[in-house]
Parts: sequence; structure tokens; C-alpha cells
Amino acid sequence: MNGWINYLFNAIALGMTFLYGSVGEILTEKAGHLNLGIPGIMCMGGAGGCIALQLMYRSGIPPMLIVIISILAAFLSGVLMGAIYSFLTVTLHANQNVTGLAMTTFGVGMMKFIISKIRPLQYMYALDYFRFPFSDRTDSLKYWGVMVYLAVVVAIVASLVLSRTRVGLHLRAVGENPATADAVGINVTAYKYGATCIGSGIAALGGLFYIMDYSGSPEAYLNIEPFGWLAIALVIFALWRPYLSFFGSMIFGALFVAGSFIPGLLGLTLPMSATPLLEMLPYVVTILVLIITSIRKKRENQPPASLGQSYFREER
Amino acid sequence: MNKTVALEMKQVSKYFGSLAANRKVDLTVYRGEILAILGENGCGKTTLMNMIAGIYFPDEGQILVDGQEVVIRSPKDAFRHKIGMIHQHFKLVDLFSAAENIVLGINDGERYNLKEVNARVQEIAERYGFHIDPKKKIHEMSVSEKQTVEIIKVLYRGADILILDEPTAVLTPQETEKLFAILKRMRDDGKSILIITHKLHEVLSLSNRVAVLRKGEHIATVETASTNPAELTEMMVGQKVSLNINRPEPENTQDRLLVSDLSLVNADGIKVLDDICFTARSGEILGIAGIAGSGQRELLETIAGLQHPAGGRILYHNPKTDKEEDLRDKTPMQIRELGVRLSFVPEDRLGMGLVANMDIVDNMMLRSYKRGHSLFVDRKKPKDLADRIIRELQISTPGTATPVRRLSGGNVQKVLVGREIAAAPTVLMAAYPVRGLDVNSSYTIYNLLTAQKQQGVAVIFVGEDLDVLVELCDRIMVIANGRVSGIVDGRTATKEEIGVLMTQTRAEIESQKEKEGSDRAEA
Amino acid sequence: MQKHEKHTRDPRFHIVKRAGMSRGKALLIRFLAILAALLLCSVLSTLLIGANPLKFISTLFSGSLGSSRRIWKFAKDSAVLLCISLAVTPAFRMRFWNLGGEGQVLVGALASIACAYYLRDSIPNPLLLLIMLVAAVLAGAFWGLFPAICKAKWGTNESLFTLMMNYVATYLVAFALMEWTKADGSSTLGEVAFGHLPRLYNEYLLLILVVLALTVLVYIYLNYTKQGYEISVVGESEKTARYIGINVGRVITRTVLVSGAICGLAGFLIVAALDHSITTATVGGLGFTAIMVSWLAKFNPLIMVGTSALIIFLQQGGAEMSTIFNVSSAFPNIVVGIILFFIIGCEFFIHYQIKSRVSHKKGGVGK
Repeated sequence: MNGWINYLFNAIALGMTFLYGSVGEILTEKAGHLNLGIPGIMCMGGAGGCIALQLMYRSGIPPMLIVIISILAAFLSGVLMGAIYSFLTVTLHANQNVTGLAMTTFGVGMMKFIISKIRPLQYMYALDYFRFPFSDRTDSLKYWGVMVYLAVVVAIVASLVLSRTRVGLHLRAVGENPATADAVGINVTAYKYGATCIGSGIAALGGLFYIMDYSGSPEAYLNIEPFGWLAIALVIFALWRPYLSFFGSMIFGALFVAGSFIPGLLGLTLPMSATPLLEMLPYVVTILVLIITSIRKKRENQPPASLGQSYFREER
Repeated sequence: MNKTVALEMKQVSKYFGSLAANRKVDLTVYRGEILAILGENGCGKTTLMNMIAGIYFPDEGQILVDGQEVVIRSPKDAFRHKIGMIHQHFKLVDLFSAAENIVLGINDGERYNLKEVNARVQEIAERYGFHIDPKKKIHEMSVSEKQTVEIIKVLYRGADILILDEPTAVLTPQETEKLFAILKRMRDDGKSILIITHKLHEVLSLSNRVAVLRKGEHIATVETASTNPAELTEMMVGQKVSLNINRPEPENTQDRLLVSDLSLVNADGIKVLDDICFTARSGEILGIAGIAGSGQRELLETIAGLQHPAGGRILYHNPKTDKEEDLRDKTPMQIRELGVRLSFVPEDRLGMGLVANMDIVDNMMLRSYKRGHSLFVDRKKPKDLADRIIRELQISTPGTATPVRRLSGGNVQKVLVGREIAAAPTVLMAAYPVRGLDVNSSYTIYNLLTAQKQQGVAVIFVGEDLDVLVELCDRIMVIANGRVSGIVDGRTATKEEIGVLMTQTRAEIESQKEKEGSDRAEA
Repeated sequence: MQKHEKHTRDPRFHIVKRAGMSRGKALLIRFLAILAALLLCSVLSTLLIGANPLKFISTLFSGSLGSSRRIWKFAKDSAVLLCISLAVTPAFRMRFWNLGGEGQVLVGALASIACAYYLRDSIPNPLLLLIMLVAAVLAGAFWGLFPAICKAKWGTNESLFTLMMNYVATYLVAFALMEWTKADGSSTLGEVAFGHLPRLYNEYLLLILVVLALTVLVYIYLNYTKQGYEISVVGESEKTARYIGINVGRVITRTVLVSGAICGLAGFLIVAALDHSITTATVGGLGFTAIMVSWLAKFNPLIMVGTSALIIFLQQGGAEMSTIFNVSSAFPNIVVGIILFFIIGCEFFIHYQIKSRVSHKKGGVGK
């Protein structure tokens, strides 16, 4: 396979980690909640999926079912985390930033604890199932397993739901102006809970994807956290639109692996110490994007108007 | 007449903390009538209606629709009982189109199809005589268009009982007329319409019956045909209150603030101030009258250095140096550094004039904390000032360490006005300083303003109650649509005269100006 | 129309905002929340690692207070966390969500160690320490400067900006480490023998005293100086700040500079008093924990002494658990996370009140 295409395939595959995270965060933010717990939630997704895999180890369950069940387990772990977050921020009106950070502390800790108790062998056996149908490839195409397509489907569905359905209309209204949504009889609390939990569930899949498909290494679980933070930043990059987040994810993926591909592709021999500088790229680009979008203020490209504020009806 | 009861409220009460917003209110609404809910600002009209619309939940009492007791816990419940409310502050999503806002929240089980919605919206609009473009985004609409969206939103849901909260406050006279025609058409269609207002002439020209509220209590409901303004006023304010505001003759007046050709364009690119010219004199109270949102707030903020005007001049005549300073495009800090003692009591007391979470002492320091070269703030003098103001203005508070958000509205305003006056201003601007205050506090404020005037301060008073304006002010400037439509003498002007000026359109003001110009040319 | 029946009963309760709550009562609620959280943690630890609840509680205490060595470690770790918490506080008072404490401390540490690494013994130690301090403070402030300027000028989202700056700092450290260890390619820097702060009784006491002094200074700065007052006004209401003529952009920039500078100082202390080296994990998430310490203390520096001690207490106890029961060192994070959830949640009961309709009827009539 041509080196550049190999790079592209790798970038797109890795991008799916961001795509899960950012689509999940977009849904949450559309409901007016900034969830800084995404890193923790992605970790928990990975943990949930791996527990399920361990329980099914040598159980004789068909591979396809194993994949589906562990994806569901990851999703449910995310939903559970989302429920905790929603309970604190929606029902108890807690500060969203602090709650999110606490979620991340908890989630990262919980995942490390859980996975340290499982032997890698007891979940890594499923790597080939996840990488279906390309499990025996040696180039980047091997990463194009089932969860890559699932991510694309999830992003398209999320996009359609947001723009074309009543539920999407209501959700956007909740995030833009909860008082108005409430006034027309939309159950604001239910939408906030729903969007946050489903969004968290989707984000959680990113963790499982990274461990069980992209990375394929027993230590993968230690590296998930930064993907969560970047996924949150990607939401701004994508202007709160899942389909744009699809392209943003690929760009982030390309930047993320640039360090290991570009020098070789260009025939450069860089000193070892250049690697960290290349790895810095996605973060620097994110900062630039943040600045640019804040300078070019367009009415349609702003975050949901009520983002970060809790809604309390009897406020006078 | 064959009357069927549409809605009934029995002994309904609502408390906010220890304050009773509504106390044991009884109200009956019939089908096919327009019922005006009349009362002064803060008498509980809106709270009462909010309980029917599901925004607030009553603490006591019952609500009956079609003779059956109902519990309206949310606006959705209200819609289920065919009740819809058009709030004073529109509840629309700015980024959405008219049609999207109209269907928002409806879950009829049908497929979501904006095209069909657009068609139905057009149909309703034609039926009652609205003009609307369903695809237009709310943030591109005028106030009257937004109101139209709100009304259609309620009709789209099949509401039979419509509540309108001060719908004309933001409308031009022509728009008001159109609205009234539409409301009458709806009434003839069998709908019940409740309209909250404090404008008597609207009540008389529109409604079938009037319910009067005072201080949260229901005073009486009367047939419009058998009542008159005097009787309604009396019910509204209780015993006939002659305002009797003390108004001494201005002495030693001197031009203090000369504003000429002042224009301001807001963030949305709309011209909110247009060629404003006036002079404020020392030893005089200049009143500013106008429909809410005609540019009063922007005018004061521009003078105070909070907005950047598009054109014009703001000249300050300094009595000490006898020099003139241009205040345009200066920050509040720069204005103060010029030696201009300009005090400003803004409309938004807790959001702008004061810091709600800080105590009285810290709020006293807002103007003066920078004094001296020390790195540290001096809380001694502000504490003394706080003590003095609490004593002199009879502010009821547990102490100077109480956050101002815990004080009642009247006391909050006294803290703010007290601080602004303590700065020994030469110009004092006050925007709606008595809004939401009880009678006693209001008089305290009037007396303070008059005392300032007697000390030679140029006082600018933005008010909404015309009775107060004609009794308090020496001159009254009327603003309509961001333009000065007239300046009248406070001692001779009538409320009717001011009312006419308030509702002038831009075109009318312009043609009048042209006429004056040509008159002058002829002379 | 069947639905009507279901709705003709009163809602049992509704939520209202409290006018205010006495300090004692608020404290009691928080205390109860911590107690409830500990209860849940001990149940969890029984389930997860098979330790009985009593063992869990006793380990918590012995982990931090079990021996004089542990007490010192507890005090030292609390002081470091407190220092970073103090650093992020001025910005938070202004509602500037500086999530970049982590990176600001790290660049401070990097600047310090770089000075020691390059200057070695070419200058006297006190002078070296001074240079390290200045470099750290400048580096920390510089790291906060970009987000602050962009926030002041264009309203750029500061939380994500500062967050990204953390990673930029991490990779910068990784870069420096690679450059410095080119010879052996190990990427780990051993102890740098220069620029050590003098020992006072032991290596911890000086650090602890400095942080305590800093606590008082920050408290005074925030509550008694003009700049502190401006921070409060801008934080409470930007509109009011503009109304009285405060240059909001300047206050934001200045305050974040102060925050960044104290972060840099924390980095200097970590390097010069404790680590004498640097890794990408030198700050180890303390920058984030500090945000919560500061928030739990309602941004009051004096209360932060308590909240930072609480978090460290839990972390060390948790760490002790993980050693005894041979489980992942991530266990303390779970404990801390749960405690945080409970404290965050309990704020609701301090600020709001659940009123039942029936009881209100009784109370309402009398008024």
C-alpha cells in the first residue's frame, strides 16, 4: 500500500476515537450542558467493554455477538456515567465544570482500577473480532473494523436527528433557550437527561474503539484521557454539527499520527526529540481554531446559548 | 347574552418567600369575551396569569376549566386545557424560524414536516388577518413580528383561552390598532382573551369586562360599558391619591449638559438614537418620557460613557472651571478624571448599579474604591457612608454586612440612589428609579431628586408614570423611536399631550421637523 | 381526556431557592455529605477489594497519620496541592475557568530545572535559586497570558484554551527531556545536584511554611486590596464593572497573570524543594484537583487549607489501601471522585429547599 494512503487510512481510523467523543459531546452541549467528564466517560466505556469481553472469554459465544455485547456494555457504562452527571447538574443544579472534572477523576481512576484487575489476554482475544473484516491485514487497513463504520453511522444519524426531526428541534430549543422550551411544554429535564446519557454512551464507545481496535496494545487504556479532551475541543472545531465533526475528526487523527508518518513519507530524518514537538500539533491547531472561531463571531456558529447554565424554572 | 364560563380561579394565592404576590384571588372568564386584567406595576397581574399558564404553581386555591378542577403544573398542562399565554418577554428561540418556533413542543404523533407547518401557519394568519413569513428567523424580526409569531404559536395549538401580557407596551399605535382588530376577530370567533395592561384607554376601547387587581388582591370585576376611567383608577390605586409631589421653582439655572445630534447604532445595526438634541440645566429636573425601549436606556448609557455613539456631541459645562468638556467616546473612568461628577442610577439595579452578592459596604465602595495611592482598599469611609445612608434613608436591613440581593426592591434602590447622591454629583441621571417601589419609597426618591435639584444639580429623570413626570419635572423631553418628538414644560403639559408625542412615528417626527423648518424659513 | 384524571392531584413537592442558610447548618450538611460518601466508599471497597468497612476507615487514618513520616508526607502533599489551589483561585474568583493550572505549574517547574541544569554551579546557589524562582514565575505567567489576552479581546473559550496549553506544556517537557538525555536516550532526567532549597529541620518544613505564608498573602490580596476588589466586581458582574469604569480586559489579563505566576512559583517549589528533577508527570493531575479544592472552599484561601488537606487525606488513605490490598494505584482516585460527587451534590441542599405543598399551606396563611 502506498505510504500516503496508508497514512490516510490510519488517520481516518484514529479519527473515529474523536468522532465518538465529539458526537457524544455535541449531543450533550446541544442540551446546554458542557460535559468536561468526557475523558472519564471514554475511559469507563473502555472499562465496561473490557469487562464484558472478559466475562465472555472462552464462553463459546459467536464472535459477532461478543462484539455487539461488549459495544452495548461500553454504551451502558457511558449512560451510567451520563446519568450521574445529569443527576448532579440537572437535578441538583451543580456547577457543570466542577462536576465534569470530578467525573474525569473518577472515570479515569475507575477504569485503571478495573482493567488492572483483568489480564490483557482475557480481553485482547477479541481484537480480531473487532477488526473484522480486515483483521489479517498488516497495513493501516487493519484498523478499519466494525466500529469504524458504526462511528460513521452514529454521526450521520445524530446529524439527521438534530436537523430533521422533532426530537432534534426540541433538543436544540432546550440548549438555546430552556425557558422557551419549557414554556411550550417540552420536558426540559427529560431532554437534558436523555441527550446527556445518550451522548455519554456514544462517547464511551470511543474508549472501547481505541482499546479494542485502533491500538491493539494491552497498555492502550492508559492513553485514552487526552482523546477525551481533544474530543471536547473538536466540538468547537465542528461548530456543533456532527457531520462537520466527521471531517474534524479525520484532521485531528491525521495530526495525531503525523509524527510517526510524515517524516518517513517525506524522507526526512528528524532527531528523536522532534517527536514530542510533532505530537504537540493537534493541541496547537486546536488553540488556533479556538482563537479564529472566537474572532469570527457568526450568529449561526455560536455555542448553544444556554451552555453551562443550569435551568431553574421558578427563578424570578 | 348567553355566557358560558371558560375558566374560573377560586381563592388562589401565591407567595414568594414572605411576600404575597397574589392573595385569595377569585376570577371568572367567559367564552367569547375580552377580559382586561388591570392594575399598577407590581400588583400581581402577571403572577396570576402565570399560574393559569403553568409557569408558577399556586400555593393555595383552585383553578377550574369548563367547570372541572384542573392542576396546571406546566405550560404543557395549560395547553392541554387549551390555554396559551403570550408573555411580555417573548419566549422564542432566536436562531429558529417562525415556523420552527410555532411547532416547537407539539407532539401530535404526525411526522415532522416543516412544509406542512408553513402551510398551516399561513392558513391561520389569513383567517385572523396576520402577516407573517414562516421561514424568517426570529433574530431578523421586528418586535411586532415576534409578537405575531407568539400569537400564532398559541393559536396553532388550538388555544381557546389566550392570555396577553402587556402586548401593546412595545408596539406603535398603528401596530396596536391592528392587534386590537385581530383580538376582536378572535373574540367573535368564540375565544376568551385575557389582556394584562395598566393603560386605561386600552381597557376602555377593547375589553368587555375589567378585573382590577391591587397589591395582589382582586378588587372587583366590572362591565366595561358601565364604568369610567375615574372609577377604574380609584379601584386600581385604592383611595384617590393625589401625588402632591413638592416642586419648587428652579433657581439659578445654568446649562450643564449639552447634547447635540447624538446618534447610536446598536450591535444589530439598528439606529436606536437618532439626532438627539437637548440641554440639561442645573437646578432643574429634566424628565424623559417615552414608550419602553424607545432609546431611553441607550441615551443615558451613552452619556455615562458606556456606549460609543455613531455621531454627535455631549458637552459638559464645568461650573468650577467654566470650561466645556466633550464627554463623547470617553470611558466612565476618563469622565471622572476630567472632574465631571456624573452620577447614574441605571435601570438594572442589581445587574449594573450594584453587585448583588456583595454587602452594602462593598457596594458603597464601587464609585470610590480607587481613591488614594494605597494598594489596599479603605473600608472605613464606605462603612460610615453605609451607616449614614441606612439611617437617613431608613433602609431596613439587618446590617451593613448584608448582601444587597437579600434586601427588598425599595431598599436596594435606596442604597443605589444614596450612593450616587453621596458622590456629590453635578449631573444626576436616574432611569426608572421608582419602578417596583412602594408608595413610601417612591416619595423618598422623589424628595431626594428634588433636594438635589435645589442644590444645583442637573437632574435627568427617566420615568414611565406620566402622572409622576408632570408633577415632578420642570421640563419633559419625549422620546419616540429613538428621536426627540418634543420637549414640553412640566408645569403646563398634560398627560394627553405627552401621550400623543410618545406614540409619534419617525415619519411623523420628521414631517413635523420639516414643517418647523419651513415655518422658520418663511418667517 | 383520560389523562386528566392523572393530573388532578397536587404535585407533592416543588423546589425553591433558599434566601440564605446559617453557616453552621451549611457546614453540617457538607459534613454529612462527606460521611455518606465515606460510607459508600467503604461499601465499595468491601465489594471491590474485599476490605471490611472498618478496615477501610482505619486505613484512611493510618495512611495519612499513622507515623511521623506519614504525617510529614501528608503535610507536604497538602501544602503542594494548597499552593496550586491558591494559584488558580484569583482567576476563578473572576469566573475565568483556568483549567491550565497543570500546564502552568509544569512550565514553571521546567523553567526552574532548566536554570539549574544549564547554570549548574557557575553561580552561587542563592543566586541560582533566585534565578530559578524568577524564571518559574515568568514562565507560569507567560503560560496564562495567551488565553487571558484572547479571552479579554475576543472572548475565546478559556477553559478549552488552557486545557490545550496543558498538553503543549507536557510535550515541551518531553522535548526538553529528550534533548537533555540525548547521550543515553533514556528520556529520564536524574536528580540535578544544583539549586536545592536549604533544609529547614527536614526537606518539607520550608515548603510548608512558604505555602502557609502564601495562603495569608493571597487571602489579603483577594479581600483587602484594590486589585482583589476589582477581581470580585468583574467576577460577580461584568456589567457593573463596566458601569463603574473598570477596564475589564485589563483586570482579566492581570489576574490570570497573577494566577499563572503563582502556578510558576508552585512549580519552582516542587523542583527546588522536592523533586530536583522533572518528568511529564511531575504535576500528576494536581492542577485539576486544585480546581476542585478551590471550588470546594468557595474560593476562600483560608478554607482551602482544610479542603486540600481533606483531598490529600483521602488520596493517601486510598493509596495505603491499594498497597495493603495490592490493587491498582488508581484506587484513591475513585475514593476522591466519590467524595467530590457527594460534596458537589450536597450544595443543592444548601442553596435550594424542597417544599411540600401541604406544609407551605400552614406556613403561608400566617403571613
